[in-house]
Amino acid sequence: MPENIYDLIIIGGGPAGLAASIYASRYKVKHLVIAKEPGGQAVEAHIIENWPGTESISGLELTEKMRSHAEKLGAKIEIDSVSSIAKEDDYFVLTAHSGRYQAKNVILALGMEYKKLQIPGEEEFKGKGVSYCPTCDAAFFGDKVVAVAGGGNSAASAAQLLSKYASKVFVVYRGEKLKVDPAYLDNISKNEKIEVIYGTNIKEIKGNRTVERIVLDKKYNGQDELEVQGVFIEIGSEPGVEIARQIGVGIDDQGFIVVNPDQSTNVAGVWAAGDATTGSNKVRQILTAAAEGAVAAGSVYKKLQTK
Amino acid sequence: MQFTDQNFEAEVLKSDKPVLVDFWAAWCGPCQMMGSIIDELAEEVKGKYKVGKLNVDESRETAMKYSVMSIPTLIIFKDGKDVKQFVGVQAKDNLKEELEKA
Repeated sequence: MPENIYDLIIIGGGPAGLAASIYASRYKVKHLVIAKEPGGQAVEAHIIENWPGTESISGLELTEKMRSHAEKLGAKIEIDSVSSIAKEDDYFVLTAHSGRYQAKNVILALGMEYKKLQIPGEEEFKGKGVSYCPTCDAAFFGDKVVAVAGGGNSAASAAQLLSKYASKVFVVYRGEKLKVDPAYLDNISKNEKIEVIYGTNIKEIKGNRTVERIVLDKKYNGQDELEVQGVFIEIGSEPGVEIARQIGVGIDDQGFIVVNPDQSTNVAGVWAAGDATTGSNKVRQILTAAAEGAVAAGSVYKKLQTK
Repeated sequence: MQFTDQNFEAEVLKSDKPVLVDFWAAWCGPCQMMGSIIDELAEEVKGKYKVGKLNVDESRETAMKYSVMSIPTLIIFKDGKDVKQFVGVQAKDNLKEELEKA
């Protein structure tokens, strides 16, 4: 067995990964956190009002607190993405930009990734009008016309935020009825800037240097194309479990990592926590992600004790 | 280092070394994450490359000139030209490799 081997490597730096690190530090488990984006998707949450003990806090502030808490307890957080993971004898080898890492146990706190429309122009105009983060980019669209793809709560929230800046917001949704909380529905129907286009998909995003228009798969007011300067894609998320597949971790038919009550997976030494697992009834909250991280770290500690 | 509309030409376009500019704003969560990576990177490559931030809220002209519409956006400049662009949080070592290639 190589010498510089961690007892535990946590992949992911969202609430699940950071909570796992906090618990691991308290158990004195020698560990490393490798995080592509510390804070994870929670960073982009505008306001969080269901984290017990804190009535209202931005996702950024809450995750920064979690990160500094973890670091104060001694966590080393490497900002990097793990491109592959392989099993050698009784340990795992992880490959990242910054090098190769070895660990006896791995907690996968991989979180969710934004779903893409997978249409022409989407990749080409990313950062040039195509956005996946309304809280980051809404302010660039002052007095412009934008489209939001999607019909769920995140699309509704994006439309509402965008309407504060843009002159017009089209919500393009493939369904016939928005799948949103009643509070959002109220807001959208009262907001004069927001117009919902039902039963329609965006087929293509066109432009020159930046986005200029979208092509619809169904005529709207007699037109196939809509002139917009921005397209916000809010069609939900899917678990980012690519590296879990590499070592044969069991994934359910919706793409979530199958976990047991102790957060173990079907692969010995591999644990999983947070939004990308089948745990916590898949409610996918910051609270449950953190809880799964704590359980996973506790399970790793128990395993290390019994050896 | 901070880049602005005022010092952009002198510090970035006329720099004799490749420059990495991080376009950011205070309201953007991922930008804060990127910001701490940028600070670390700036320290590591000091003397070899110039690495700094440009606040899009304060320096709108430059952000508009390079059509920045998503943040964080990172652009590598060499000899006054934008040679490589990234959107979203990037790993430190990835940026270092790209600076070496520039």
